[in-house]
Amino acid sequence: MSILETDGSRLLAAVAVLLDRKGLVSDEAIRERIALTDAAEPAQGARMVARAWTDPDFRAAMLADGTQAAESLGIMMRGMPPLGVLENTAAVHHLVVCTLCSCYPRAVLGYPPFWYKSASFRARAVRNPRELLASEWKTIVPASVKLRVVDSTADYRWMVLPLRPAGTDGWDEARLAAIVREGDMIGVTCPVAA
Amino acid sequence: MMFAAGDTVRVKDEWPEAAGPVHIRTPHYVRGVTGQIVRFLGDFPNPEDLAFARPAEKKPLYHVCFRTGAIWPDANPDDDVTIEIFEHWLERP
Repeated sequence: MSILETDGSRLLAAVAVLLDRKGLVSDEAIRERIALTDAAEPAQGARMVARAWTDPDFRAAMLADGTQAAESLGIMMRGMPPLGVLENTAAVHHLVVCTLCSCYPRAVLGYPPFWYKSASFRARAVRNPRELLASEWKTIVPASVKLRVVDSTADYRWMVLPLRPAGTDGWDEARLAAIVREGDMIGVTCPVAA
Repeated sequence: MMFAAGDTVRVKDEWPEAAGPVHIRTPHYVRGVTGQIVRFLGDFPNPEDLAFARPAEKKPLYHVCFRTGAIWPDANPDDDVTIEIFEHWLERP
């Protein structure tokens, strides 16, 4: 029987047994990695953003070293690429794309949305980002604000620290985290007070 | 480490993919384009070897910022694109 016709789950089980027997990857390590992958979701990144909005020391630490900042909130970063954090300001708006493939900060945002991997998003994000954001997300970056596209091409993974929206004074961390969406941390949208 | 933050660099205008199978993390659209080093990101195994399961030497990686107007003449000249580029793809203009 050809490997292409083999039942996928049996093939996976056979490979896992071989990896274990050869001492390359243990069953336990595979289970741990599956658990970590499943636990990663945009809510993790949103927790980081909310903490950064309310704690200036955390914000500074997060901008200096995203991986350490994530770990300090209990997000497992072991075996993950280094995390860089891009701070939106009144002068600069960041948009993250991977034009070469689909590099994405999975440790803190989980699986990428389907459009993130599309050839169309990847091409338009670098070639005509303002038009892309306006037509697909109704996100208007004012002419006075520099649009900085970050093409994630190699060993880092990047997330955006968005601007805290007006109308959220006095909100606690949990309430702030609840309004931060995955698109806000890629830079296609901006959080709004809900 | 050859470059420091603020240094002006040019991405080599080289096209090794024309000669055969390669794995390159330097996008086509910045080959030959001049930009500025934002910061050094660390040393990472060379993906060009890693992808073919060859021993991969660690190479310096930088964040490099390019004005979009330097890449596409009709682009907004005040916007920019920041890209991770390995040192062996950079030269002094």
